[in-house]
Amino acid sequence: MVTIHHFMVLSALLFFIGVFGVLFRRNLIVIFMSIELMLNAVNLSFVTFARYTQSMDGHVVAFFVMALAAAEAAIGLAILVMIFRNRATVQADDLSLMRD
Amino acid sequence: MAIHLIGLGKAVFIWGLALMCVPILIWFERKGAAFIQDRVGPNRASILGVRLAGFIHNFSDVVKLLTKEMMVPAHTNRWYFTLAPFVGITVILFAFAVIPWADNFRFGRWDIPMQVTSLNGGILFILAITSLEVYGVVLAGWSSNNKFSLLGGLRSSAQMISYEVPLALSLIGVFMVFGTVQLGEIVTGQGNLLFGFLPKWGIFVQPLGFILFLTSVFAETNRNPFDLPEGESEIVAGYHTEYSGIRFALFYVGEYVAMVLGAAMVTTLFFGGWQIPYLPTARIISNAPMVLKVMLVVGAIVSLAAGAALVVYDKRLRGTWPKGDLRNQEGRILATLAFIVFVAHVVAIAYFWSIDIPDWGRATVALLAQVGAFVVKLLFFCWLFIWVRWTLPRFRYDQLMRLGWKTLLPLAFVNILITGMVLLLVDRAGS
Amino acid sequence: MELVVFYTLAGFSVLGALLMVTRKSPLAGALALVVSMAAVAGLFAMLHAEFVFILQILLYAGAIMVLIIFTIMLLNLSPKELKERPVGKVRGLIIFAATVAGFLGFLRVLLLLPEGVPYVAPTFGNIEEVGALMLSSYMFPFEVISVLLLVAIVGVVVLAKKSI
Repeated sequence: MVTIHHFMVLSALLFFIGVFGVLFRRNLIVIFMSIELMLNAVNLSFVTFARYTQSMDGHVVAFFVMALAAAEAAIGLAILVMIFRNRATVQADDLSLMRD
Repeated sequence: MAIHLIGLGKAVFIWGLALMCVPILIWFERKGAAFIQDRVGPNRASILGVRLAGFIHNFSDVVKLLTKEMMVPAHTNRWYFTLAPFVGITVILFAFAVIPWADNFRFGRWDIPMQVTSLNGGILFILAITSLEVYGVVLAGWSSNNKFSLLGGLRSSAQMISYEVPLALSLIGVFMVFGTVQLGEIVTGQGNLLFGFLPKWGIFVQPLGFILFLTSVFAETNRNPFDLPEGESEIVAGYHTEYSGIRFALFYVGEYVAMVLGAAMVTTLFFGGWQIPYLPTARIISNAPMVLKVMLVVGAIVSLAAGAALVVYDKRLRGTWPKGDLRNQEGRILATLAFIVFVAHVVAIAYFWSIDIPDWGRATVALLAQVGAFVVKLLFFCWLFIWVRWTLPRFRYDQLMRLGWKTLLPLAFVNILITGMVLLLVDRAGS
Repeated sequence: MELVVFYTLAGFSVLGALLMVTRKSPLAGALALVVSMAAVAGLFAMLHAEFVFILQILLYAGAIMVLIIFTIMLLNLSPKELKERPVGKVRGLIIFAATVAGFLGFLRVLLLLPEGVPYVAPTFGNIEEVGALMLSSYMFPFEVISVLLLVAIVGVVVLAKKSI
């Protein structure tokens, strides 16, 4: 019998793998994909709660999160391409104009 | 346990139908192209002298593709190169899970829907699957390490994702009219009569939607007039330039299976799917003996005509080959086969003339009639794909994108608007 | 039987996620993430969320990841450009420890959730119900998100132009 704990542990695991990816990796594209992974994990937990509380609000919120992720992906990738055009790098460490 | 076996049988049936159509379509394509271009078409491949007007070429193509050297370009990632055609063919076969090919098979305790599965998402599932198609193209173009392939791959994928939008929007009118997203219910809804005499087929209630959908399906499957990404005279072969052997065969078959899927969607949504006009399932079941006799008579006439044509063909051919060559006998062999089929039909008519058909026989007659209607419509639309390919010239890439975004998209919105207004007025007039 | 399906899908999603954060080539990571998202779509189907399952494949695996893969192919980074400045051992260890601590803390809270699998109607997760909810209780977010998507489209077009 699959209980809520199974799904929530999986969702937490995916979320924290995403957090690790954002903190540890320096490549902007990988950071971006890790953010998408975190959004995915959050969607999973919303839908899990919807099922185990028998209300469909979680599905609607998951739908909104997906639409938001699509908009964010479009703009984020456009910004990324512009950064690459201007600075010829996609490493987060090299974008340090405001430092020293 | 029986449920699982029935589901497996249904999956085998629809996959068999889709994949069996592919050699027929390849044959149609070559002979149809030849017919339109006023030439004869391939007719050389033969088995023991029997040529079947070029149908054997399918088998010889398969043998050729299987025995060719499978090259992988240098300096490229071998995994992506091999993955791309597999993604292409596998993903497209999943979409056949929701296509209905007949009405529910009702007999006694059984009520089996003739669809592998009736997902709640219906057509949205097929739209999701076609959006996964892009991966095969993109990976193929990228991993070929070849500028033409990359260009073809990127163009093709940009075209496919651009035309997904009018594809989905043109279907919204259909959803509004039939009130559901599930394909089985849409086909059932097309059995009603509009204004008393016209069957409520999708094309009569959504003519603009049909044109938009057909155009988008042409673009989605990369068929002419939208086949610039694989244009043979422009960039060699686009994203499948570097492929040979089985990988190319998978791309090739995948393209034809996508064509069959497009034709199946057009039939199901706009032409009544398995519905025979003016003959709902209940009427077939109550008049089953008559329907069976009509079907058998039609079969007898067709086989008799085929036999007569083959006799004429044989008379023309006899003696034109050297003595002892089996090709002399080709016409005679095929004519004999056609006459055997004719005699079988006549015997069947005599057998079924006076006996009563049991319940399961009636359900089977209805099933066969509806599957026959579906297959005839499917083959008609596949023929339409081929006809358009060899008639229209190719779009240039910027014209193609302009058509998708600046023409089809606004027209799709206008379609939704008009459909909404008409539905509102009809509702108000009716209530 | 259900447990077997769950563990298979969960295994694929975690495997895809792990591959994504460890591969040096972003393309390999992107493809691993697609596999992970397809597995999560399967999990949505297990949770009777049929509409969200289709949306996950349509939007995430079919559109967002395609966009990311396009961008990766457009940038076409050479192995020299892909070389990341190594995160120091100490820093890496701190990040790993913090992540694991967060995960374990979350697990602690999780145990407070009730067991038990409530019954859901067969029409749970239907498109009709999601649509009805969206046009009644969630009408305002629905309109706002359409405006947001419009803003995103205009923004991307402006960003992509070479000169306004």
